[in-house]
Amino acid sequence: MTRDVAIVAFAQAPLDQAPGQTETLMLLPTITDALNTVGLTRRDVDFTCSGSADYLTGGTFTFVQMLEAAGAWPPISESHVEMDGAWALYEAWVRLQHGDVDVALVFSSGRASASASLRETLTFQLDPYYLAPIGADYVSLAALQGQAVLERTGRTDKDLAQIVVQRRHDAIANPHAAVSGDVSVDELLRNDYVVEPLRTHDVGPAVDGAAAVVLVAGERARQICDRPAWIAGLDHRVDPHYPGVRDLAQSKSAALAAARAGVGNGGVEVAELCAVCTPEELVLTEALGLGDAVTINPSGGALVANPVMVTGLVRIGEAFRQVHDHGRQRVLGHASSGPCLQQNLVCVLEARD
Amino acid sequence: MAERCAVVGVGMTKMSKCRDDVSMAGLVREAAMRALEDAEMTWADVQAVVIGTAPDIFEGVMMPELYLADALGATGKPIMRVHTAGSVGGSTAVVATHLIESQVHERVLTVAFEKQSEGDTNFAFSSGRSGGVGAGGYFAPHIRAYIERSGAPAYVGPMVAVKDRKNALKNPYAHLRIPDITIEMVMESPFVWDPIHRLESCPTSDGACAMVLTNEAGASRATKPPAWVHGTAVRTELGWFPGRDPVNPKGGQDCAADVYRQAGVTDPRADFDVVECYVPFSWYEPMWMENLGFADVGDGWKLTESGATSMDGDIPVNCSGGVLSSNPIGASGMLRFAEAAQQVRGLAGDHQIADARRALGHAYGGAAQYFSMWVVAAEKP
Repeated sequence: MTRDVAIVAFAQAPLDQAPGQTETLMLLPTITDALNTVGLTRRDVDFTCSGSADYLTGGTFTFVQMLEAAGAWPPISESHVEMDGAWALYEAWVRLQHGDVDVALVFSSGRASASASLRETLTFQLDPYYLAPIGADYVSLAALQGQAVLERTGRTDKDLAQIVVQRRHDAIANPHAAVSGDVSVDELLRNDYVVEPLRTHDVGPAVDGAAAVVLVAGERARQICDRPAWIAGLDHRVDPHYPGVRDLAQSKSAALAAARAGVGNGGVEVAELCAVCTPEELVLTEALGLGDAVTINPSGGALVANPVMVTGLVRIGEAFRQVHDHGRQRVLGHASSGPCLQQNLVCVLEARD
Repeated sequence: MAERCAVVGVGMTKMSKCRDDVSMAGLVREAAMRALEDAEMTWADVQAVVIGTAPDIFEGVMMPELYLADALGATGKPIMRVHTAGSVGGSTAVVATHLIESQVHERVLTVAFEKQSEGDTNFAFSSGRSGGVGAGGYFAPHIRAYIERSGAPAYVGPMVAVKDRKNALKNPYAHLRIPDITIEMVMESPFVWDPIHRLESCPTSDGACAMVLTNEAGASRATKPPAWVHGTAVRTELGWFPGRDPVNPKGGQDCAADVYRQAGVTDPRADFDVVECYVPFSWYEPMWMENLGFADVGDGWKLTESGATSMDGDIPVNCSGGVLSSNPIGASGMLRFAEAAQQVRGLAGDHQIADARRALGHAYGGAAQYFSMWVVAAEKP
């Protein structure tokens, strides 16, 4: 039923940026890089879709400036979601289903460093009448979720540290990681709690970031890319907003998105999960039905760098790299948004001969 | 081949300066429930929700779709949040249309809202902490340039202000009600931003609009008449560079050409029965009439002056009272799209144009640089 659409290129802005660098200037070379790798220019793009959030920089209409990086002259067919770039990718994929256009550019950006306190800023995502006033910030809510999943699974903070040890080791090969290196569980367990049971290493460092993805439909994808990653399934679902009405140890929306995206139909070799706090990996691994054979977050995942509003799109980009650069056949990229993994998106990518 | 899409349900809230009788969730739910009732559907029939609203700072809630998911019955469903400045209400409807046309979903609820009383719109329009001049301050020079270029008499803008406010008296959901409004009263009202008189400016409103969209099979089952979508288009251009014409932006021309091509419209004035056009300041009616091809460049004001755009003219514009009468910013574009749909469904009530068969819904935003449009008709495409 659906039209074949592939990711043919992915680029990510370098971690090292000038202080106060604008999102526009992070995006400009990143978009050019992504298009260049497949020999395209901005003029080849039929549809553009981006994701970002005003609140990070405290502005209004901040996405309008990013049009300079997209190159919106002559006028372009364009849309924007106030969401992680993974949902911009979703909108672009839907647009390509129409069949009249073939090339879509997706990008997103975020400047976590512009917030005096990201925890305080993200608190404004909550119900303004009942949740935001009590200052339930995202780390505190993730800690509640962490407590719930540890109790349910019988795991401990030692198990959480073991995950972080692996992520930081894998991140040594990832130039976009904000933290990496070989550490021991014992060393990590000497770190302070941020909010129990989350220690400092259990919260992915928020960084500034930008990323771009190029989607191409049909045969043209094969012509311009030696190994495109075809979108075999793409779906997103949301859970209720109120943490009190959910079982925080599980994620119904992630499970539903995975089922709809067809994760079970053939499984996946690798999964890049948007788990900003360590316990979220446990929740997601179960919800997405990922067995022991699945390699989780070979990039280090969001625990080694959390470019807010870009983190989900980067997971899909890293999944693309697994197919394009590392010869994998079938992989999963995941994005999440909202308190305690309220909203989840699952993208299954595969190589096709 | 893309699937056909039709509007089978429309819901609007009463718009006013301050809807302090409802929360934000209550406001969007009010519109959504009316749309579902109109569509003779329940929450269970909805497969996905697409929500649009303008800058989060208007209400002080970041990414409010997360909080509003519960009120919109989205649990276990996909929900997306679109934001394309003032055009967002239109763009949101376009994204929802794409979900049907692409055959990803069969029934989609789309909602747009603004609850301006929750925050400080002028602070937000001034780009938060960066400082600025507000929307009217930005557009006033463009309006002045239009008046100078076209040689339009000073009373044409006030004529639009009177026409749209009189039309609003026929719309039970409209915010402003000024039954005794006259051209003299408009021209004697103080300048907010010269040449924009106070009564030539839109209000700030609380309000929401919702639509239920479905595919061909769904529309064929509907008991009330559907509004068939014959075309959708969006265009965006850079807002500031030498040589750009912000008075008659190329993005608007291109967007109109695209949507007309899809719908087979060759002579807009003859081919449309009614237009719902985004006019936040009175002079934008003649300006957009030119941009959209209803009049030659320089002649838009003559169209307005002749009375052609009034409810008894040959090309009625904004029979609902338009943005000049109700302006919940994030919803204002969707209201244009929804009012166009209601006209071709024959369900526009007291502001219905008799036997309207084809209508244009139009929205714009940013520095007159974001455009979204759709063409809806009573006949299946």
